[in-house]
Amino acid sequence: MSNIPKDLKYTKSHEWLKPEADGSVRVGITHHAQDLMGDMVYVELPQTGAKVTAGKECGVVESVKAASDVYAPIAGEIVEANTVLSDAPETVNKDCYGAGWMFRMRPANKADLDGLLDAKAYEALVASEKH
Amino acid sequence: MGAKIVDFGGWDMPLHYGSQIEEHHKVRRECGMFDVSHMNVVDVKGERVRDFFRLLLANDVARLKTKGKALYSCMLNRQGGVIDDLIVYYMDDSWFRVVMNAATRDKDMAWVNAAAKEFGGLTVTPRHDVAMIAVQGPNAKEKVYQALGEALRAPAGALKPFHAVTVGELFIATTGYTGEDGFEIILPAKAAPFTWQMLHEAGVPPIGLGARDTLRLEAGMNLYGSDMDETTTPLESGLAWTVALEPAERKFIGRETLDKQKALGVPRQLVGLVLEDRGVLRNHQKVACNGAGQGEITSGSFSPTLEHSIALARVPAAVKIGDRCTVDLRGKPASVRVVKYPFVRNGKSCL
Repeated sequence: MSNIPKDLKYTKSHEWLKPEADGSVRVGITHHAQDLMGDMVYVELPQTGAKVTAGKECGVVESVKAASDVYAPIAGEIVEANTVLSDAPETVNKDCYGAGWMFRMRPANKADLDGLLDAKAYEALVASEKH
Repeated sequence: MGAKIVDFGGWDMPLHYGSQIEEHHKVRRECGMFDVSHMNVVDVKGERVRDFFRLLLANDVARLKTKGKALYSCMLNRQGGVIDDLIVYYMDDSWFRVVMNAATRDKDMAWVNAAAKEFGGLTVTPRHDVAMIAVQGPNAKEKVYQALGEALRAPAGALKPFHAVTVGELFIATTGYTGEDGFEIILPAKAAPFTWQMLHEAGVPPIGLGARDTLRLEAGMNLYGSDMDETTTPLESGLAWTVALEPAERKFIGRETLDKQKALGVPRQLVGLVLEDRGVLRNHQKVACNGAGQGEITSGSFSPTLEHSIALARVPAAVKIGDRCTVDLRGKPASVRVVKYPFVRNGKSCL
Protein backbone atom coordinates (compact mmCIF):
# COMPACT_ATOMS: atom_id res chain seq x y z
CA MET A 1 0.00 0.00 0.00
CA SER A 2 1.16 3.48 -0.80
CA ASN A 3 1.71 5.86 2.04
CA ILE A 4 0.31 9.32 1.17
CA PRO A 5 0.41 11.83 4.06
CA LYS A 6 -2.64 14.11 4.13
CA ASP A 7 -0.73 17.34 4.90
CA LEU A 8 1.51 17.36 1.81
CA LYS A 9 1.12 18.60 -1.75
CA TYR A 10 1.98 16.37 -4.71
CA THR A 11 2.89 16.46 -8.41
CA LYS A 12 1.92 14.15 -11.23
CA SER A 13 5.59 13.22 -11.51
CA HIS A 14 5.54 11.84 -7.94
CA GLU A 15 7.27 14.57 -5.96
CA TRP A 16 5.87 15.73 -2.61
CA LEU A 17 6.05 19.27 -1.18
CA LYS A 18 5.86 20.53 2.35
CA PRO A 19 5.68 24.28 3.16
CA GLU A 20 8.06 25.16 6.01
CA ALA A 21 7.63 27.85 8.68
CA ASP A 22 10.37 30.04 7.11
CA GLY A 23 8.53 30.27 3.78
CA SER A 24 10.63 27.64 2.02
CA VAL A 25 9.24 24.42 0.63
CA ARG A 26 10.72 20.98 1.27
CA VAL A 27 10.61 18.52 -1.66
CA GLY A 28 11.11 14.79 -1.96
CA ILE A 29 9.81 11.81 -3.94
CA THR A 30 6.76 9.88 -2.82
CA HIS A 31 6.51 6.47 -1.24
CA HIS A 32 4.88 5.21 -4.42
CA ALA A 33 7.80 6.49 -6.54
CA GLN A 34 10.52 4.94 -4.38
CA ASP A 35 8.55 1.69 -4.22
CA LEU A 36 8.31 1.54 -8.02
CA MET A 37 12.02 2.18 -8.43
CA GLY A 38 13.30 -0.14 -5.72
CA ASP A 39 16.66 0.11 -3.96
CA MET A 40 18.21 3.55 -4.53
CA VAL A 41 21.93 3.54 -5.29
CA TYR A 42 22.61 7.08 -6.51
CA VAL A 43 21.04 10.49 -6.02
CA GLU A 44 22.06 13.61 -7.90
CA LEU A 45 20.91 16.77 -6.14
CA PRO A 46 20.46 20.32 -7.45
CA GLN A 47 23.04 22.96 -6.51
CA THR A 48 22.17 25.39 -3.75
CA GLY A 49 21.38 28.72 -5.36
CA ALA A 50 20.20 27.17 -8.61
CA LYS A 51 17.12 28.76 -10.20
CA VAL A 52 14.64 26.10 -11.26
CA THR A 53 11.63 26.10 -13.56
CA ALA A 54 8.42 24.24 -12.82
CA GLY A 55 8.33 20.86 -14.55
CA LYS A 56 12.03 20.93 -15.52
CA GLU A 57 14.42 18.26 -14.27
CA CYS A 58 16.63 19.35 -11.38
CA GLY A 59 17.94 16.09 -10.05
CA VAL A 60 18.22 12.34 -10.68
CA VAL A 61 17.44 9.29 -8.60
CA GLU A 62 18.86 5.97 -9.71
CA SER A 63 17.93 2.57 -8.34
CA VAL A 64 19.53 -0.75 -9.23
CA LYS A 65 17.08 -1.14 -12.07
CA ALA A 66 16.36 2.36 -13.40
CA ALA A 67 17.19 6.04 -13.50
CA SER A 68 14.54 8.72 -13.13
CA ASP A 69 14.62 12.49 -13.30
CA VAL A 70 13.38 14.53 -10.39
CA TYR A 71 11.43 17.58 -11.53
CA ALA A 72 11.17 20.97 -9.89
CA PRO A 73 7.51 21.04 -8.82
CA ILE A 74 7.29 24.83 -8.97
CA ALA A 75 9.56 27.69 -10.01
CA GLY A 76 12.01 29.09 -7.50
CA GLU A 77 15.51 28.90 -6.06
CA ILE A 78 17.17 25.95 -4.34
CA VAL A 79 18.18 26.94 -0.81
CA GLU A 80 19.40 23.57 0.50
CA ALA A 81 20.04 20.08 -0.82
CA ASN A 82 19.99 17.01 1.43
CA THR A 83 23.63 15.98 1.09
CA VAL A 84 23.03 12.96 3.33
CA LEU A 85 21.63 11.27 0.23
CA SER A 86 24.95 11.44 -1.64
CA ASP A 87 26.45 8.84 0.69
CA ALA A 88 23.24 7.15 1.80
CA PRO A 89 20.81 7.08 -1.14
CA GLU A 90 18.91 4.23 0.54
CA THR A 91 17.54 6.86 2.97
CA VAL A 92 15.01 7.64 0.21
CA ASN A 93 13.65 4.08 0.52
CA LYS A 94 13.73 4.02 4.31
CA ASP A 95 12.12 7.40 5.03
CA CYS A 96 11.02 9.20 1.87
CA TYR A 97 8.90 11.82 3.69
CA GLY A 98 11.42 12.38 6.51
CA ALA A 99 15.21 11.97 6.41
CA GLY A 100 14.99 11.10 2.70
CA TRP A 101 13.86 14.58 1.57
CA MET A 102 15.77 15.90 -1.45
CA PHE A 103 15.93 19.67 -1.40
CA ARG A 104 14.42 22.88 -0.02
CA MET A 105 13.46 25.68 -2.35
CA ARG A 106 12.17 29.23 -2.10
CA PRO A 107 9.13 29.52 -4.38
CA ALA A 108 9.09 32.34 -6.89
CA ASN A 109 5.38 32.59 -6.30
CA LYS A 110 3.82 31.04 -3.23
CA ALA A 111 0.44 30.72 -4.96
CA ASP A 112 1.99 28.13 -7.32
CA LEU A 113 1.52 25.58 -4.53
CA ASP A 114 -2.24 25.88 -4.89
CA GLY A 115 -2.04 24.46 -8.41
CA LEU A 116 -0.60 21.14 -7.20
CA LEU A 117 -2.40 17.95 -6.20
CA ASP A 118 -3.68 17.36 -2.69
CA ALA A 119 -3.39 13.94 -1.04
CA LYS A 120 -6.76 12.81 -2.32
CA ALA A 121 -6.04 13.76 -5.93
CA TYR A 122 -2.61 12.12 -5.76
CA GLU A 123 -4.11 8.96 -4.33
CA ALA A 124 -6.49 8.84 -7.29
CA LEU A 125 -3.54 9.30 -9.67
CA VAL A 126 -1.62 6.41 -8.08
CA ALA A 127 -4.72 4.22 -8.19
CA SER A 128 -5.24 4.98 -11.89
CA GLU A 129 -1.60 4.05 -12.68
CA LYS A 130 -2.08 0.62 -11.19
CA HIS A 131 -4.56 -0.32 -13.91
CA MET B 1 5.68 -14.32 -0.43
CA GLY B 2 5.22 -10.60 -1.08
CA ALA B 3 6.88 -10.60 -4.48
CA LYS B 4 6.76 -7.75 -6.96
CA ILE B 5 5.75 -9.54 -10.15
CA VAL B 6 6.82 -8.59 -13.67
CA ASP B 7 6.12 -10.10 -17.06
CA PHE B 8 9.21 -11.86 -18.45
CA GLY B 9 8.76 -13.44 -21.87
CA GLY B 10 5.15 -14.32 -21.06
CA TRP B 11 5.97 -15.66 -17.59
CA ASP B 12 4.90 -13.92 -14.40
CA MET B 13 8.21 -13.63 -12.61
CA PRO B 14 9.17 -12.23 -9.22
CA LEU B 15 11.40 -9.14 -9.63
CA HIS B 16 12.10 -9.01 -5.91
CA TYR B 17 10.48 -10.01 -2.66
CA GLY B 18 11.39 -6.79 -0.82
CA SER B 19 14.88 -5.37 -1.29
CA GLN B 20 16.83 -6.47 -4.34
CA ILE B 21 20.15 -5.49 -2.74
CA GLU B 22 19.45 -7.48 0.42
CA GLU B 23 18.56 -10.49 -1.72
CA HIS B 24 21.84 -10.09 -3.60
CA HIS B 25 23.85 -10.02 -0.35
CA LYS B 26 21.97 -13.07 0.98
CA VAL B 27 23.19 -15.14 -1.97
CA ARG B 28 26.78 -13.86 -1.70
CA ARG B 29 26.98 -14.32 2.08
CA GLU B 30 24.57 -17.19 2.90
CA CYS B 31 22.22 -18.57 0.28
CA GLY B 32 18.99 -18.03 -1.59
CA MET B 33 16.71 -19.80 -4.04
CA PHE B 34 15.41 -18.87 -7.47
CA ASP B 35 12.34 -20.24 -9.19
CA VAL B 36 13.75 -20.70 -12.70
CA SER B 37 11.01 -23.00 -13.97
CA HIS B 38 10.64 -20.74 -17.01
CA MET B 39 13.90 -22.19 -18.39
CA ASN B 40 13.38 -24.50 -21.34
CA VAL B 41 14.45 -28.06 -20.48
CA VAL B 42 14.60 -30.32 -23.53
CA ASP B 43 15.58 -33.99 -23.77
CA VAL B 44 17.03 -35.19 -27.05
CA LYS B 45 17.34 -38.93 -27.56
CA GLY B 46 18.63 -41.16 -30.31
CA GLU B 47 21.58 -43.38 -31.11
CA ARG B 48 23.48 -40.59 -32.85
CA VAL B 49 22.58 -37.83 -30.40
CA ARG B 50 26.23 -36.99 -29.69
CA ASP B 51 26.95 -36.44 -33.38
CA PHE B 52 23.86 -34.25 -33.60
CA PHE B 53 25.10 -31.91 -30.88
CA ARG B 54 28.59 -31.86 -32.40
CA LEU B 55 26.89 -30.35 -35.46
CA LEU B 56 24.41 -28.11 -33.62
CA LEU B 57 26.68 -26.47 -31.02
CA ALA B 58 29.81 -24.29 -31.20
CA ASN B 59 31.30 -26.09 -28.23
CA ASP B 60 32.20 -29.75 -28.70
CA VAL B 61 30.20 -32.34 -26.78
CA ALA B 62 33.02 -34.78 -27.48
CA ARG B 63 34.46 -33.12 -24.36
CA LEU B 64 31.69 -34.81 -22.34
CA LYS B 65 33.24 -38.12 -21.38
CA THR B 66 31.58 -38.99 -18.08
CA LYS B 67 27.83 -39.33 -17.56
CA GLY B 68 26.29 -36.26 -15.95
CA LYS B 69 28.98 -33.89 -17.24
CA ALA B 70 27.68 -30.52 -18.44
CA LEU B 71 28.95 -28.15 -21.11
CA TYR B 72 28.10 -24.50 -21.71
CA SER B 73 27.73 -23.62 -25.39
CA CYS B 74 26.23 -21.25 -27.92
CA MET B 75 23.89 -22.47 -30.64
CA LEU B 76 24.68 -20.48 -33.79
CA ASN B 77 22.84 -19.59 -36.97
CA ARG B 78 24.54 -20.11 -40.32
CA GLN B 79 26.10 -16.63 -40.15
CA GLY B 80 27.73 -17.40 -36.79
CA GLY B 81 25.26 -15.27 -34.80
CA VAL B 82 24.08 -16.58 -31.45
CA ILE B 83 20.56 -18.06 -31.50
CA ASP B 84 20.84 -18.90 -27.80
CA ASP B 85 23.28 -19.96 -25.11
CA LEU B 86 22.59 -23.16 -23.22
CA ILE B 87 23.88 -25.92 -21.01
CA VAL B 88 23.97 -29.44 -22.41
CA TYR B 89 24.22 -32.51 -20.15
CA TYR B 90 25.49 -35.91 -21.21
CA MET B 91 22.99 -38.29 -19.60
CA ASP B 92 23.91 -41.44 -21.50
CA ASP B 93 25.02 -42.39 -25.00
CA SER B 94 21.54 -41.99 -26.44
CA TRP B 95 20.26 -39.14 -24.23
CA PHE B 96 21.42 -35.52 -23.91
CA ARG B 97 19.52 -32.88 -21.94
CA VAL B 98 19.69 -29.17 -22.79
CA VAL B 99 18.58 -26.20 -20.73
CA MET B 100 17.89 -23.12 -22.83
CA ASN B 101 16.48 -19.64 -22.23
CA ALA B 102 12.79 -18.95 -21.84
CA ALA B 103 12.49 -15.75 -23.87
CA THR B 104 13.93 -17.55 -26.92
CA ARG B 105 11.83 -20.71 -26.55
CA ASP B 106 9.88 -20.52 -29.82
CA LYS B 107 12.80 -19.82 -32.13
CA ASP B 108 15.02 -22.29 -30.26
CA MET B 109 12.50 -25.08 -30.66
CA ALA B 110 11.93 -24.25 -34.33
CA TRP B 111 15.69 -24.38 -34.93
CA VAL B 112 16.37 -27.55 -32.91
CA ASN B 113 13.37 -29.36 -34.39
CA ALA B 114 14.35 -28.45 -37.96
CA ALA B 115 17.96 -29.51 -37.40
CA ALA B 116 16.88 -32.75 -35.71
CA LYS B 117 14.50 -33.55 -38.55
CA GLU B 118 17.23 -33.02 -41.11
CA PHE B 119 19.66 -35.12 -39.05
CA GLY B 120 17.13 -37.92 -38.53
CA GLY B 121 16.65 -40.63 -35.93
CA LEU B 122 16.09 -38.30 -32.98
CA THR B 123 13.24 -37.50 -30.61
CA VAL B 124 13.10 -33.98 -29.19
CA THR B 125 10.99 -33.65 -26.05
CA PRO B 126 10.42 -30.30 -24.32
CA ARG B 127 9.92 -31.14 -20.65
CA HIS B 128 6.81 -29.13 -19.78
CA ASP B 129 6.34 -31.50 -16.83
CA VAL B 130 9.39 -30.28 -14.90
CA ALA B 131 10.21 -27.26 -12.75
CA MET B 132 13.61 -25.85 -11.86
CA ILE B 133 14.85 -24.39 -8.59
CA ALA B 134 18.34 -22.91 -8.21
CA VAL B 135 19.77 -22.82 -4.68
CA GLN B 136 22.91 -20.70 -4.64
CA GLY B 137 25.36 -19.34 -2.07
CA PRO B 138 28.12 -20.56 0.26
CA ASN B 139 25.57 -22.39 2.48
CA ALA B 140 23.37 -23.59 -0.38
CA LYS B 141 24.42 -27.23 -0.47
CA GLU B 142 24.10 -27.73 3.29
CA LYS B 143 20.62 -26.18 3.18
CA VAL B 144 19.57 -28.50 0.37
CA TYR B 145 20.64 -31.59 2.36
CA GLN B 146 18.89 -30.19 5.43
CA ALA B 147 15.67 -29.46 3.55
CA LEU B 148 15.47 -32.33 1.07
CA GLY B 149 17.22 -35.13 2.90
CA GLU B 150 20.64 -36.35 4.00
CA ALA B 151 20.36 -39.04 1.32
CA LEU B 152 21.35 -36.36 -1.20
CA ARG B 153 24.64 -35.58 0.53
CA ALA B 154 26.61 -38.51 -0.85
CA PRO B 155 25.58 -38.34 -4.53
CA ALA B 156 25.21 -34.54 -4.84
CA GLY B 157 28.11 -33.69 -2.53
CA ALA B 158 30.46 -35.76 -4.67
CA LEU B 159 29.72 -33.73 -7.82
CA LYS B 160 32.52 -31.61 -9.25
CA PRO B 161 31.50 -28.23 -10.71
CA PHE B 162 29.39 -28.48 -13.89
CA HIS B 163 28.18 -32.02 -13.28
CA ALA B 164 24.76 -33.50 -12.60
CA VAL B 165 23.34 -36.59 -10.96
CA THR B 166 19.85 -38.07 -10.91
CA VAL B 167 18.57 -39.07 -7.48
CA GLY B 168 15.08 -40.55 -7.65
CA GLU B 169 13.01 -37.91 -9.41
CA LEU B 170 15.51 -35.12 -8.75
CA PHE B 171 18.10 -33.99 -11.27
CA ILE B 172 20.77 -32.14 -9.30
CA ALA B 173 23.45 -30.11 -11.07
CA THR B 174 26.39 -28.09 -9.80
CA THR B 175 25.65 -25.26 -12.18
CA GLY B 176 24.36 -21.76 -11.58
CA TYR B 177 24.17 -18.16 -12.67
CA THR B 178 25.55 -16.36 -9.63
CA GLY B 179 29.27 -17.14 -9.31
CA GLU B 180 28.57 -18.94 -6.03
CA ASP B 181 28.51 -22.57 -4.94
CA GLY B 182 25.18 -24.36 -5.12
CA PHE B 183 22.81 -26.51 -7.11
CA GLU B 184 20.31 -26.19 -9.90
CA ILE B 185 17.57 -28.77 -9.31
CA ILE B 186 15.21 -30.01 -12.01
CA LEU B 187 12.22 -31.82 -10.55
CA PRO B 188 8.66 -32.86 -11.42
CA ALA B 189 6.51 -29.73 -11.60
CA LYS B 190 4.00 -31.21 -9.20
CA ALA B 191 6.71 -31.62 -6.54
CA ALA B 192 7.99 -28.05 -6.91
CA PRO B 193 5.67 -26.18 -4.49
CA PHE B 194 6.38 -28.68 -1.71
CA THR B 195 10.13 -28.62 -2.37
CA TRP B 196 10.12 -24.82 -2.41
CA GLN B 197 8.28 -24.84 0.91
CA MET B 198 10.76 -27.30 2.46
CA LEU B 199 13.67 -25.10 1.40
CA HIS B 200 11.89 -22.03 2.72
CA GLU B 201 11.29 -23.73 6.07
CA ALA B 202 15.00 -24.59 6.20
CA GLY B 203 15.64 -20.84 6.05
CA VAL B 204 16.40 -20.36 2.36
CA PRO B 205 14.98 -17.00 1.22
CA PRO B 206 13.45 -16.62 -2.25
CA ILE B 207 15.43 -14.34 -4.60
CA GLY B 208 13.94 -12.40 -7.49
CA LEU B 209 14.99 -11.73 -11.08
CA GLY B 210 16.48 -8.36 -10.10
CA ALA B 211 19.16 -9.86 -7.86
CA ARG B 212 19.65 -12.71 -10.33
CA ASP B 213 20.76 -10.09 -12.86
CA THR B 214 23.21 -8.23 -10.56
CA LEU B 215 24.64 -11.55 -9.34
CA ARG B 216 25.29 -12.84 -12.85
CA LEU B 217 26.73 -9.50 -13.97
CA GLU B 218 29.20 -9.45 -11.05
CA ALA B 219 30.06 -13.05 -11.93
CA GLY B 220 30.77 -11.93 -15.52
CA MET B 221 28.16 -14.23 -17.04
CA ASN B 222 26.54 -13.24 -20.31
CA LEU B 223 22.83 -12.57 -20.63
CA TYR B 224 21.30 -13.60 -23.92
CA GLY B 225 19.61 -10.70 -25.73
CA SER B 226 21.79 -8.14 -23.93
CA ASP B 227 25.40 -9.27 -24.24
CA MET B 228 24.95 -11.35 -27.38
CA ASP B 229 22.28 -12.10 -29.95
CA GLU B 230 21.94 -13.19 -33.58
CA THR B 231 23.94 -10.19 -34.81
CA THR B 232 27.04 -11.03 -32.75
CA THR B 233 29.34 -14.04 -32.77
CA PRO B 234 30.59 -15.73 -29.59
CA LEU B 235 34.07 -14.43 -30.41
CA GLU B 236 32.77 -10.87 -30.13
CA SER B 237 30.89 -11.70 -26.94
CA GLY B 238 33.60 -12.89 -24.56
CA LEU B 239 32.69 -16.49 -25.34
CA ALA B 240 35.71 -17.63 -27.37
CA TRP B 241 36.39 -20.13 -24.55
CA THR B 242 33.10 -21.85 -25.40
CA VAL B 243 33.94 -22.31 -29.09
CA ALA B 244 35.84 -25.47 -30.06
CA LEU B 245 37.58 -24.81 -33.40
CA GLU B 246 39.59 -28.01 -32.94
CA PRO B 247 39.22 -30.51 -34.48
CA ALA B 248 39.10 -28.54 -37.72
CA GLU B 249 37.01 -31.21 -39.45
CA ARG B 250 34.03 -30.69 -37.11
CA LYS B 251 31.75 -28.60 -39.33
CA PHE B 252 29.35 -27.19 -36.73
CA ILE B 253 26.68 -24.72 -37.84
CA GLY B 254 28.07 -21.16 -38.02
CA ARG B 255 31.68 -22.29 -38.15
CA GLU B 256 32.59 -20.53 -41.41
CA THR B 257 32.08 -17.05 -40.00
CA LEU B 258 34.09 -17.87 -36.90
CA ASP B 259 36.98 -19.27 -38.95
CA LYS B 260 36.92 -16.12 -41.04
CA GLN B 261 36.86 -13.85 -37.99
CA LYS B 262 39.68 -15.81 -36.44
CA ALA B 263 41.79 -15.46 -39.62
CA LEU B 264 41.08 -11.78 -40.22
CA GLY B 265 40.94 -10.72 -36.59
CA VAL B 266 37.83 -10.33 -34.44
CA PRO B 267 36.73 -6.70 -34.82
CA ARG B 268 35.02 -6.29 -31.46
CA GLN B 269 35.37 -7.71 -27.96
CA LEU B 270 33.41 -7.82 -24.74
CA VAL B 271 35.20 -6.19 -21.79
CA GLY B 272 34.39 -5.24 -18.23
CA LEU B 273 33.99 -1.60 -17.21
CA VAL B 274 34.26 -0.07 -13.76
CA LEU B 275 32.76 3.38 -13.28
CA GLU B 276 35.21 5.72 -11.58
CA ASP B 277 32.75 8.60 -11.26
CA ARG B 278 29.42 8.63 -9.48
CA GLY B 279 26.29 7.32 -11.14
CA VAL B 280 25.15 4.06 -12.71
CA LEU B 281 26.15 2.56 -16.06
CA ARG B 282 23.16 1.33 -18.10
CA ASN B 283 22.57 -0.87 -21.16
CA HIS B 284 23.07 0.86 -24.54
CA GLN B 285 25.10 3.78 -23.23
CA LYS B 286 27.87 4.74 -25.65
CA VAL B 287 31.52 4.22 -24.74
CA ALA B 288 34.12 6.54 -26.31
CA CYS B 289 37.40 4.63 -26.48
CA ASN B 290 39.79 7.50 -27.26
CA GLY B 291 41.57 6.67 -30.53
CA ALA B 292 40.05 3.21 -30.85
CA GLY B 293 36.53 4.22 -31.77
CA GLN B 294 33.21 3.72 -30.05
CA GLY B 295 31.59 0.89 -28.11
CA GLU B 296 28.35 0.24 -26.27
CA ILE B 297 27.38 -1.06 -22.86
CA THR B 298 25.57 -4.39 -23.15
CA SER B 299 24.85 -4.90 -19.43
CA GLY B 300 25.26 -2.10 -16.92
CA SER B 301 24.14 -1.90 -13.33
CA PHE B 302 25.13 -1.18 -9.77
CA SER B 303 27.25 -3.83 -8.10
CA PRO B 304 25.95 -4.38 -4.56
CA THR B 305 29.11 -6.30 -3.59
CA LEU B 306 31.56 -3.69 -4.92
CA GLU B 307 29.28 -0.73 -4.12
CA HIS B 308 29.90 1.00 -7.41
CA SER B 309 28.65 0.63 -10.95
CA ILE B 310 30.03 -2.03 -13.32
CA ALA B 311 29.22 -3.06 -16.86
CA LEU B 312 29.95 -5.37 -19.74
CA ALA B 313 30.56 -3.49 -22.97
CA ARG B 314 31.26 -4.38 -26.58
CA VAL B 315 34.19 -2.26 -27.73
CA PRO B 316 36.66 -2.22 -30.66
CA ALA B 317 39.39 -4.88 -30.54
CA ALA B 318 42.14 -2.27 -30.05
CA VAL B 319 40.90 -1.38 -26.55
CA LYS B 320 43.15 -2.88 -23.85
CA ILE B 321 42.65 -3.90 -20.24
CA GLY B 322 43.58 -0.94 -18.05
CA ASP B 323 42.56 1.68 -20.65
CA ARG B 324 40.34 4.53 -19.63
CA CYS B 325 37.24 5.31 -21.69
CA THR B 326 34.40 7.79 -21.40
CA VAL B 327 30.75 6.88 -21.09
CA ASP B 328 27.95 9.29 -21.89
CA LEU B 329 26.03 9.08 -18.61
CA ARG B 330 22.72 10.77 -19.26
CA GLY B 331 24.42 13.64 -21.08
CA LYS B 332 27.44 13.86 -18.79
CA PRO B 333 30.85 12.33 -19.57
CA ALA B 334 32.01 9.82 -16.94
CA SER B 335 35.32 7.98 -16.70
CA VAL B 336 35.42 4.18 -16.80
CA ARG B 337 38.34 1.78 -16.46
CA VAL B 338 38.51 -1.29 -18.72
CA VAL B 339 38.93 -4.44 -16.61
CA LYS B 340 39.04 -8.20 -16.98
CA TYR B 341 35.91 -9.82 -15.65
CA PRO B 342 34.46 -11.60 -13.61
CA PHE B 343 34.12 -8.80 -11.11
CA VAL B 344 33.14 -11.04 -8.16
CA ARG B 345 33.52 -14.78 -7.50
CA ASN B 346 32.63 -16.72 -4.37
CA GLY B 347 31.77 -13.59 -2.45
CA LYS B 348 35.04 -11.78 -3.19
CA SER B 349 36.09 -8.99 -5.52
CA CYS B 350 38.29 -10.08 -8.44
CA LEU B 351 39.34 -6.51 -9.28
